[in-house]
Amino acid sequence: MNTSYRIIPCYTGDVSGVCSALFELGGMVVIHDPSGCNSTYNTHDETRWYDHDSLIFISGLAEIDAVFGNDQKLIDDTVDAALNLHPKFITLVNSPIPYLNGTDFEAICRIIESRTCIPTFYIPTNGMHDYVPGAGAALAEIAKRFVSVPEGKKPGSVNLLGVTPLDFAADGSAESLRETVERAGFSVHSCWAMGDSLETLSHSGEAAVNLVVSAMGLPAAKVLRERFGTPYVAGTPLGSFSETVFASMRRATETGENQFPLLERLNQTDSGIFAIGEPITMGSVLAAMELPGTVLCPLEHCESLLNKNTLAVVGEEEAETMLKNAKVVIADPLYRPILPKGAKLIELPHEAFSGRCFRKTMKNLFTIDYDALRKEASL
Amino acid sequence: MLRRLGPTVRTPETAGDPLFPQKLEFNPPVHENWNIVHIAMQIPELHQIYVCGVNCMRGVVLTAAEMAASERFSFVLLREENVVDGTIWETTRDGIADVLRKLPALPPCVAVFPVCTHHFMGVDMESIYRSLEQEFPEVAFIRAWMDPIMQKHGLPPDQRLRKVMYDPLQPLPLKEKTVTLLGSEFALEPDADIRRVLLKNGYALRELQDCKTFADYLRLAEGETFLITYPGGKFGITQTAKRLGRPCHFLPMSFDYNSITASLGELTDALHLEPLDILEEQKQCDAALEKARDVIGDTPVAIDMLFHPRPLELAKLLLSHGFRVTEVYLDAVDEAEKPALEWLKTNALDLELHSIILPEQRVADRTRPEKTLAIGPKAAWFTSTPYFVNVVQGGGLWGYAGIRKLCDLMIEAFQNEKDTRDIVPRKGLGCVSCI
Repeated sequence: MNTSYRIIPCYTGDVSGVCSALFELGGMVVIHDPSGCNSTYNTHDETRWYDHDSLIFISGLAEIDAVFGNDQKLIDDTVDAALNLHPKFITLVNSPIPYLNGTDFEAICRIIESRTCIPTFYIPTNGMHDYVPGAGAALAEIAKRFVSVPEGKKPGSVNLLGVTPLDFAADGSAESLRETVERAGFSVHSCWAMGDSLETLSHSGEAAVNLVVSAMGLPAAKVLRERFGTPYVAGTPLGSFSETVFASMRRATETGENQFPLLERLNQTDSGIFAIGEPITMGSVLAAMELPGTVLCPLEHCESLLNKNTLAVVGEEEAETMLKNAKVVIADPLYRPILPKGAKLIELPHEAFSGRCFRKTMKNLFTIDYDALRKEASL
Repeated sequence: MLRRLGPTVRTPETAGDPLFPQKLEFNPPVHENWNIVHIAMQIPELHQIYVCGVNCMRGVVLTAAEMAASERFSFVLLREENVVDGTIWETTRDGIADVLRKLPALPPCVAVFPVCTHHFMGVDMESIYRSLEQEFPEVAFIRAWMDPIMQKHGLPPDQRLRKVMYDPLQPLPLKEKTVTLLGSEFALEPDADIRRVLLKNGYALRELQDCKTFADYLRLAEGETFLITYPGGKFGITQTAKRLGRPCHFLPMSFDYNSITASLGELTDALHLEPLDILEEQKQCDAALEKARDVIGDTPVAIDMLFHPRPLELAKLLLSHGFRVTEVYLDAVDEAEKPALEWLKTNALDLELHSIILPEQRVADRTRPEKTLAIGPKAAWFTSTPYFVNVVQGGGLWGYAGIRKLCDLMIEAFQNEKDTRDIVPRKGLGCVSCI
C-alpha cells in the first residue's frame, strides 16, 4: 500500500511549507489548527525559530468551535494579535478539521482585513499535502499581491525563487547561492525568501530573469511570467552544472523563453544511480556530479518537472521497489533502511525529510566538491 | 515594580480565573517535555502506528527518529482522497494491517493513534480494532489517540494515553509488599521519600522505567497498591487500579511541607508503615534551602510550569526562604496551586506571572539586566540565561528529599553555565536525542 510506511518518515507538510516561505517577510501566519502544527513546524522544519521572532501562531481550535462553526473566535483573536503586533500582512492557513468543515477562509480574510486594514489572504492548505504545494502557493501569492509593476527591466538581474531552509538548510546556503550567481556576472535582485524583505521582493518585476532553484519557486515564477513576461530557468547552479544554468539564464534573457537545462542532463536509466528528493536540486546534484542517473521525486506538484530521467514515486513501498536494483543512491540518510543490500548511499541530509536529525552535518549544496562526490559514488 | 507590563503579565493580585485568556498560541523553541511518542515508547517491545495527514505525522515520526526508535514506529498516511471518497475506514484498517505484515516480527503490543479527523469523519475505530484483533490475535492493541482538538474541554491526549497504555495489564495474583508507582515519565529519585519509606519497611517499588521486557511490564499488575505522583497520570492510573481491583493513592509532587507530610501520612497509614522522621526531614530541608540561599543570594530567580506542575508552590517555598523570585512562566493556575497563589497575593506583590503561549510572547524582551537563575527550560529561554535547572515535569523529585535535591541542582545551575540553545530545543528530556 502506498499509504503505509514501515520505517521512513514523510516529508514536511503543506502548512509548514507556507510558514517556511513567509518566515522572513514580516507577516503574521495563523494556522487554524487545534495544536501541534506550530510545534511540528518550528521543531522539525524551521532552522530559524530560536533566533528570529517571526509571527507564526496557531488558533488553538477547539472541538466545540469546530462543531458549532464558531469562526468568530479565529477572527477576533487574529485581529487582536495583529493590532498588537503590526504585521505587514496576515496569512491564514488551513488544517484537516477546518478543511472538512468547509470553513470559508476567503470570507474570514475579508473580515479581518476590513477590521485591521492589513492585507489578509488565505493559502489553501489542509495538512494532507507536502511542502511544495504549500510553499509554492505562498510565494505565488506574494508575487500576485505585493510585486509592483516595474518601470522597466534591469539587464543582468535575477530573482532567486524557491529558497527556504526546507531545501537549503545548511548555514550560509542562501548566501552561497547569491555569491555563485553574482560571480557569474548576474546581479541578484531578490531572493525568495531568505535574506530579503517584502519591500525588496516587491520590486522583483524589474528582474530580467527568474532562477527557480527548487520546485517551491515554480508557481511564483509562473505568476511573474504571466504578470511581467519574465522568463524563468529551472535549475540549481551547483558545481560544473552552474555553467549550464547560467547559459540558460542568458538564453532566457535573450529569447524570453523559459529554460529547463535539467532536460539536457545525462540520461542512462539502467545506470543503477538514483537521487531521491526535490527534483530541481537533486537533478542538479546529479548533473554537477556528471553522472547519468534517475531522480526519484516523492513530492507533489512537480509534474512539469518530470521526464524520462525524473520519475514520480509515491510511498515507501513504491520507492523500495524502484530502488531494488540501485547500486548508488544519493539521498537523505533516513532512506537507508529501504535500500537494497549492497547499495552505496551518498548521504545528503534534507531538512524537509529528516528535519533536524542531521542538521549539524547538513551540507551546503553550493560548496560541495562534486568531483569528490562523484569519486565517492564510483561503482 | 513591574518591568514588563502588558497583556502577557499578571501579578498574584491581578491574577484572574482564567489567568490568561485563550487567544492565538505561540510555541517557544523549548521542547524538552515528553510527548505521546516518548510516553508510549516506555512500554518495552511496543510498536506505534499513527494514522493521519502528513503535517500532523511529521512531528511524531521525527520524534521517533530523533530518539533513534524509527524501527518501533510506523504510520499510515491519510491523503485528501481518503477523507473525501469515504475510504478512511479501509485506509486506516488495511494500512495498519499492511504495516504489521511488513514488520520483521510481530510485536506483542501495538499502540494505534488515530486523529481528530477520525472523530470528525465518524470512523468506527472499535470495528477496526475488532478486525485487527481477529487477524492478529497475538497482538495487544492499545487504543490511543492523537486528537488535540478534544483537549480544550476534556483531557489532553497524553493524559488519556497514560490510561490506555496500561489497558494490556490484566489482573494477576497480588504480590505482597510490592507497590506499583505509575503515571510519570521519570522514575523516582533513589532517595525520594516514598522510595525510602517503602524500602525501610521492606516493600519493593516497581515503576515502568524498571521494565526491560513486555513481560516485565505485564507484571506491574502484581502490585498490591498503586501510587501516582504526577498529576498528568492521575486519571489513567486511577482508572487502571480500579479495573485491576487495587487500592490507589495520589501522592502529588509538591513543595509544600504540609502537603508532603499529608501524602506521606496517607501512604504510611494505608500500608501500616513506620513513618519517616518528619521533623528531621524538614530541618534538613531548611538547612539545604539556607545553603542554596547563601550561594545564590539576591540573584533573580525565574520558574516555569514545565519544570514542575506546581510552580507557584515552588515560588512560595523559595520566597519564604529568602530567595528573590521575580518571574513565573505559566498559562493556568491548577486548583491545587490556589492556596499558594493566595499566599503570593499578600507576600509577593511584585512577582510577575508571565504567559508562555500568548502571541505577544513571541516578541517579548528576553534580555535581563542581571544574572538570572532559571528553574526550568522555558524560563531559561524567556530570560536568555545559561544558568538553569534542567528538569521537566517534576523529574524524579518527590517530597523533602526532592526539595533538598532541587537545592543542589540550583547551586549547580547557578555556578555552571549550560548551552541553553543546544539543550532546550531537544525533545523529551532524558530520551536519546540524535540532534
